Amino acid sequence: MTPEKSDTNPAAGPNTGMTRRSFLRGSAVIASGLAALAASLSPLRELDDAPSAEQFLQKYYKELTPAEMARVLKRIEDEVERQYGLRPHVRDLKPLDGVEFVYALNLTRCIGCRRCVYACVAENNQSGTPEVQYIRVLRLPDGSLDLEKAEHFYHPESVPEKGYFYMPVQCQQCKKPPCVKVCPVHATWQETDGITVIDYDWCIGCRYCEAACPYWARRFNFAKPSVPKDRLNLNMAYLGNRPRRRGVMEKCHFCIQRTRVGRYPACVEVCPVGARKFGNVLDPASEVAYILRTKRVFIQLKEELGTSPRFFYYFDV
Amino acid sequence: MIGAIRNYLVFLGRCARIAFVGDWRYYSWMGVLSVFCLLGLNAYARQFAHGLVVTGMTDEVSWGVYIANFTFLVGVAAAAVMMVIPVYVYNNEDLHDLVIFGELLAVAAILMCLAFVTVDLGRPDRFWHLIPGLGQFNFPASMLSWDVIVLNGYLLLNLHICGYLLYSRYHGRKPARWFYIPFVLLAIVWAVSIHTVTAFLYVGLGGRPFWNSAIVGPRFLASAFTAGPALIILALQIIRYVTDYRITDRALLTLRSIVQVSMLINVFLLANEVFKEFYSGNLHVASSKYLYVGLHGRHALVPWIWTAIGFNLVAMVLLVLPVSRSLRWLNLTCVLCIIGIWIEKGMGLVIPGFIPTPLGEMLEYRPSLNETLVCFGIWAFGLLCYTVFLRMAVPILQGRLCKANESAAPWTSALAGGVPGVKS
Repeated sequence: MTPEKSDTNPAAGPNTGMTRRSFLRGSAVIASGLAALAASLSPLRELDDAPSAEQFLQKYYKELTPAEMARVLKRIEDEVERQYGLRPHVRDLKPLDGVEFVYALNLTRCIGCRRCVYACVAENNQSGTPEVQYIRVLRLPDGSLDLEKAEHFYHPESVPEKGYFYMPVQCQQCKKPPCVKVCPVHATWQETDGITVIDYDWCIGCRYCEAACPYWARRFNFAKPSVPKDRLNLNMAYLGNRPRRRGVMEKCHFCIQRTRVGRYPACVEVCPVGARKFGNVLDPASEVAYILRTKRVFIQLKEELGTSPRFFYYFDV
Repeated sequence: MIGAIRNYLVFLGRCARIAFVGDWRYYSWMGVLSVFCLLGLNAYARQFAHGLVVTGMTDEVSWGVYIANFTFLVGVAAAAVMMVIPVYVYNNEDLHDLVIFGELLAVAAILMCLAFVTVDLGRPDRFWHLIPGLGQFNFPASMLSWDVIVLNGYLLLNLHICGYLLYSRYHGRKPARWFYIPFVLLAIVWAVSIHTVTAFLYVGLGGRPFWNSAIVGPRFLASAFTAGPALIILALQIIRYVTDYRITDRALLTLRSIVQVSMLINVFLLANEVFKEFYSGNLHVASSKYLYVGLHGRHALVPWIWTAIGFNLVAMVLLVLPVSRSLRWLNLTCVLCIIGIWIEKGMGLVIPGFIPTPLGEMLEYRPSLNETLVCFGIWAFGLLCYTVFLRMAVPILQGRLCKANESAAPWTSALAGGVPGVKS
């Protein structure tokens, strides 16, 4: 049978209308198409942190029953142990009743030494490469709060420098947080003690909150975060400093793993000049309540935006 | 019932088959698009494996060309309404048989939009968190949740309208008005909503003064109704060239009038914004300064935005002059409109919103090669979809692919006597 005749071959079936030649040609096209598709997908072989079924299907934080939460915490501990060879203690710490945390920062005292930045990195298991930091210290010329005049990368021999003052900025824990409003999946919310938290296992990584934050307080994990093993802080909280994954947001959470068990945030503890004050504003005897009662002038950064920060800058007058 | 389903499946099967049949021009065009699709897929696979670190985005500039293209394409999708309104509200005869090409373009544009937002996600595996009922949908607080609803709704509306009209034509039946006219009217309002909601994504952010301006929404619509119909003018001429589908010059000139008015409004609104930003001279002008003249020695976007403004102004003048009644000049004008608005509304809108950062840091953004390849891939995917839609729709509209010739072997009938709808 010649190839030309195959066009009229009744064996091909009256309704398929497909000849052997067109079938072969079609198969060749499909096969090479599939090969090209497979080749184009080959970088997926380098994927080293694909989610397990358990991770993929994990429920939203607020919907986890205590038993489910216990399983999740154990899974996280297992994951950390597998990666670092050290077993952490991961807790799900709830906000305490009758507590609303407030931060006060004395701009007269701050010397711009950035010890808070490094203490925060160590306490909160922040990635070294790529570098993630929650606190940014701005150097401003005396007399101006125009942030456009801020120098972010000052590096003198020693601080403080004449003619400048320093303003550390981190999450302002707003009472009306724009980041919470814009999140399309409720992955970030404000807790009763005033801390805005992120469920790292629920965030889809759209970065809308990052665009919405007027304080540039949020950070995105553009790559897989890496924490040096000898720096790993094993005291972890689910909504706090447990290791994050690639592709999710994170930010300052007032050191939930410390403050919800009665300790100070790492940045407060490390500050050598006592510029940082932290406490429960609902307790009249607390230092922050005293400061807010007695100081005449505060700055709530970008007050005009109506975000109502729980972070107050003040001066010694 | 089973018969109806069977009929519908046969219809879909024949549509699918015809998408694989064409002349050498068709095959080479589809081949080139497929290559770009695969290159884009390859780049995306790399991003999927390593994270968004392979893009040019940073914490400082956290949205880039993905969201820029997304914004532009929402406008293209919304612009279909500029054909729908003349036809269904004002009974325009010239555009009557062409409106479906606008709606199909909207479908392709929305598919591209969805692809662009998906590639922008840090954790695409968690997309199900966005599905109402299954995940946690922050509606109505988050503008992004509104966008999910309006974009998918618009996609469904247009799929229904196009699908139903084509299926009716395939059967040689007159479409039942009650089964599509209400959806057409709804789609008009819906088209405006998709672009308004997308504008509100930006407008709603109090911490970004460059976006937090009431004029962004109107500007979005004006630019969309310029670039969208301009794209349709070009698409229609290509359809006319490669098929023997009847498209009159009068139809193209009707669309020209739409582009003309929209461009005038667009340039006017731009002037409004520039005046407000620079004349008042408050500190919020930083982003605009960066965009138009550069700030603190950084001016990556300056040549782009002036190219865009130049293109828009030249296009506006050409549109006002009678010279653009000749198709050659009209085509040039359309290309200028499309490029000008793509720059202005994509990169020109998204990037300066991040520069300087809310803390005054200056860090510029440049898309990486990988990111650019993903963009090309998605554009190729969209063009591929649109080509396939047209490949199916044109023979159906011409009556060459219909119920009547179903009994003949569908594969060979498509080949017999040349390819339907394609000039031989």
